[in-house]
Amino acid sequence: MKPMHKLLTAAALSLGLAGAAAAQDPVKVGFVYVGPIGDGGWTYEHNKGRLAVEEHFGDAVETVYQESVPEGADAERVLTQMALSGADLIFTTSFGYMDATVNVAKKFPDVKFEHATGYKRADNVSTYSARFYEGRAIQGHIAGKLTETNKIGYIGSFPIPEVVRGINASFLHARKANPEVEFSIVWAYTWFDPAKEADAAQALIEQGADVIMQHTDSTAPLAAAEKAGGVIGFGQASDMAEYKPEPRVSSIIDNWAPYYIDRVQAVIDGTWESQDVWHGIDEGMVEIGEITDAVPAEVREEALALKESIASGAYHPFTGPINKQDGSVWLAEGETADDGTLLGMDFYVEGITGDLPK
Amino acid sequence: MDLSAINPLVLVASLMVAATPILLAAIGELVVEKAGVLNLGVEGMMITGAICGFATAVETGSPLLGFLAAFAGGAALSLVFGVLTQVFLSNQVATGLALTLFGLGLSSLMGQGYTGIKPPPTARIEIPVLADLPVVGRILFQHDWVVYASLLLVAGVWAFLRYTRAGLVLRAVGESHDAAHALGYKVVRIRILAILFGGACAGLGGAYISLVRVPQWTDGMTSGAGWIALAIVVFASWKAPRVLLGAYLFGGVAVLQLNLQAAGIAIPVEYLSMAPYLITILVLVIMSADRSRAALNAPASLGRSFHASS
Repeated sequence: MKPMHKLLTAAALSLGLAGAAAAQDPVKVGFVYVGPIGDGGWTYEHNKGRLAVEEHFGDAVETVYQESVPEGADAERVLTQMALSGADLIFTTSFGYMDATVNVAKKFPDVKFEHATGYKRADNVSTYSARFYEGRAIQGHIAGKLTETNKIGYIGSFPIPEVVRGINASFLHARKANPEVEFSIVWAYTWFDPAKEADAAQALIEQGADVIMQHTDSTAPLAAAEKAGGVIGFGQASDMAEYKPEPRVSSIIDNWAPYYIDRVQAVIDGTWESQDVWHGIDEGMVEIGEITDAVPAEVREEALALKESIASGAYHPFTGPINKQDGSVWLAEGETADDGTLLGMDFYVEGITGDLPK
Repeated sequence: MDLSAINPLVLVASLMVAATPILLAAIGELVVEKAGVLNLGVEGMMITGAICGFATAVETGSPLLGFLAAFAGGAALSLVFGVLTQVFLSNQVATGLALTLFGLGLSSLMGQGYTGIKPPPTARIEIPVLADLPVVGRILFQHDWVVYASLLLVAGVWAFLRYTRAGLVLRAVGESHDAAHALGYKVVRIRILAILFGGACAGLGGAYISLVRVPQWTDGMTSGAGWIALAIVVFASWKAPRVLLGAYLFGGVAVLQLNLQAAGIAIPVEYLSMAPYLITILVLVIMSADRSRAALNAPASLGRSFHASS
């Protein structure tokens, strides 16, 4: 049923775009979203970035977007439509759009593409991502300190490097804060499916997890935590402030606005070049949402200190000694992970149980 | 393999919650099919009920009013189907499919502006004394009222079809609408009433997803529950108690696969994720293997249009 509905919206959108193209001149910026703009998480923040672009440039820029675009063949069609309708710059905001972006970019050498969280680039394809793992390390620390059952539930979306990195970063720091901590990981195989995310959170809570971490985009796991009571969680991608002060005790906020404004400016100035950007807490692309009073003051201080040291570059969340899950050495004492390994991370660190799905 | 982490009591309690939406939709569809009408629009009616219930609950702050609105919304949408198929004699399969498409689109339109909002919580009823019983208390007596209502509804439908005169008439209409008509029963009116009941139940099931189980609104959030409800009616060979069994079986497998994952069982996740659907297919295959019995149980006039002059 859904593809049909998508098809119609795509058709309606393209008609609308064709009409607008006659006006000419303003730089046209397209955004492709994996979820609805009201998801309260990942897509919500990207859309906030889009609105910031509109506000910053006013009439000089026109933005278009399409929400809930499935990863895969559908994305390629949507991208082609956007490029055909005269977009100058297109942001594709999910990992699964990687091949679609590269394919469409080949066909439209004059259109600039920016792909979030991927690793394939071309002359007209940039990639950008945020070092979410820095925020995950801080969440891991809080989770390790706060858990009473020593069991932390983690809802993963897809077993891709970005998500695996988040699991490893939070696990390492949860273990550092509390050596007894165990992780239970459930793969939802979706970025956005509130019913499934709620069920997954429920299953984890039933098995004794009293901290739920999520790498999916809806607020449903927090709702499940609230319903269960005595369970804490974190805002993912967005502040998810409506669940403050509990169950949401802190959050990772992705702040894309400055980057989007920057890149649109580059297109206007004609200075846009393909690049690879990976910003973290330091540059402000990753923000840590308010740590609420549900967290003891002492733990909050530690978390903020950790944030400071990561931001200043004094501490890298992946600093050795760290072994891989099979016991082999990954990082020696004092060694820090290089970006290449992090970007392609396809293994759990030592101590996490269960196999990483391939 | 460590199964000790899975607490069977909690598992049963949560499968009841997971199964309630499909149970409600399936018991409604059972009555519709018993009256000889095949309404494939269950998914569309569920999702419409989900948004009607959600929007009303958010605006009024009362989950009860939300469920009433879902009841009315599902029934209203099914009336479209009823009028088309019973009065204008359109094809039931095509109309039912259209109803699903229409319901998905309509709910998406109505849901604009309701994403990311929290609905008011639905009260949990802990029946005094009984809720504290050791095993049974946890499983049976600590749910929200909709779970109890769904169980009462199954019992009610069962008793209605089996013991009441009205139930007998409804079944007669489903078995042979010409004979029922010859005896003076208003076939079209009875069928439309059955369709309304089915729509209202599907609406309730949808609202249970958006108000209790998730609780949140998103486009297409019923994600196929209506189709499973349809399958469960066949699985149950049109018998109310077996609908309960079928819904709980499906709910159970769905919950169990997440619990197995969380317990770190070394079965590839992909197999676990498809397990509920595989089991549904498997059961349907087994059911239909015994042709004579399956055919005996299906209402004889199922899916056939009735026109008084023919």
